[in-house]
Amino acid sequence: MIAVIDYKAGNLTSVMKALRYLHADAEVTADPEVVRRAAKIVLPGVGHFRATQRLANGGLTEAVRESITKGAWFLGICVGLQWLYEGSTEAPETPGLGAFTGMCERFPAGIKSPHVGWNSLDSLRSDSKMLRGIPEGGFVYYTHSWRAPVSADTAAQTTYSAPFTAAVERDNVMGVQFHPEKSSTVGMTVLKNFVEL
Amino acid sequence: MLTKRIIACLDVRDGRVVKGIQFVDIIDAGDPAELAHRHAAGGADEIVLLDITATHEGRGTLIDTVQRTARELFIPFTVGGGIRTADDAAAVFDAGADKVSINSAAIARPELIDEIGQSFGAQAVIVAIDARRTANATDPVGEAEVYVSGGRKPTGRKVVEWAREAEQRGAGEILLTSMDADGTRNGFDCELTALVSEAVQIPVIASGGAGNAQHFADVFGRGRADAALAASIFHFGITDSRALKAEIQRAGVAMRLPC
Repeated sequence: MIAVIDYKAGNLTSVMKALRYLHADAEVTADPEVVRRAAKIVLPGVGHFRATQRLANGGLTEAVRESITKGAWFLGICVGLQWLYEGSTEAPETPGLGAFTGMCERFPAGIKSPHVGWNSLDSLRSDSKMLRGIPEGGFVYYTHSWRAPVSADTAAQTTYSAPFTAAVERDNVMGVQFHPEKSSTVGMTVLKNFVEL
Repeated sequence: MLTKRIIACLDVRDGRVVKGIQFVDIIDAGDPAELAHRHAAGGADEIVLLDITATHEGRGTLIDTVQRTARELFIPFTVGGGIRTADDAAAVFDAGADKVSINSAAIARPELIDEIGQSFGAQAVIVAIDARRTANATDPVGEAEVYVSGGRKPTGRKVVEWAREAEQRGAGEILLTSMDADGTRNGFDCELTALVSEAVQIPVIASGGAGNAQHFADVFGRGRADAALAASIFHFGITDSRALKAEIQRAGVAMRLPC
């Protein structure tokens, strides 16, 4: 079962719609016990990083930490990816999970922000499970103003003034800054890869 | 690299897609859900559904139409028309829209932008501006005025100033329609689009006047638009977004291709 975490950040409709289209056994939940039992966890999210504070307050941060330590597959989307890092300058008082090192920062002044639209996935890591079958340069849909730095865990980069982490992956913990549920066939391939893990 | 977006626009009246006023082609008329999927399969980067009767007839957005259209649509989907309150927006988001486009209601009560943005994020709010050049002014473009109610009512507000306020209040994008260019097929108002695009940090979607692929290349270049609406262009020999995008790319603008 895939637990799709509801923490009142944006709407879950489109993520659930995509998972159902792929015939995934997915359930929306805010219950830490359901998260602990799930084989896979999806953390969607669009909006403000501050909203992830509800994960800590609701006991979900600890549930996720335990689950991924035990090997549950995790996919964070957009703010869900950012939460995997140490935090974000968007809400410095709200810590992230810290699964990956680095802080999320805003795009610099002088370029349009939010970064909205279809941008390409570059420097794909060949060992990425989540990006299997995705071509170099494949297009995905973004809408965000903060982004995670590139590191050794980066599975794909996108360039908007400078490269940022488009996808991050280490063992069972994964995240995408783009919206796979809005990225046509490329995005659906990412979700299908996750569902089939 | 970030590509320029082609947004297929469906004008919906009474739950059916209708064509622009001057156009007699019947290909585009039909079921919104079916047409949205056809546009997505045809390479459109986004879909916008505008309930064109909602504002002046006081009807709410057709939630059922939105639901049916959003089902199995895996590209961004915007809904506009008749959204007056944050609750109206919430209902549209629940039905499966990713963004809402607000126009007259935002002019009447600008706080609506803040309210929707705070609940659903800036990325979910498009402020649509119907603009008309002020013909007798010394600077007709700089003095361009905002119109509401389908371009029938002048508001006395300057386009650039309103775009800046919308941005400050938390709009994620501006959808700028030139009432002067709309329906002419002589090209977008590149001057006005560039002026607005340079005045704000958020993306600007150009609308009105497209007659061929070069017009799109022009508004993406000279007009500094980040995206453009395509509606009636598909009546005139260009079969779908994929064909349109291929032509625009040949004119030197990066597009999402293959798609």
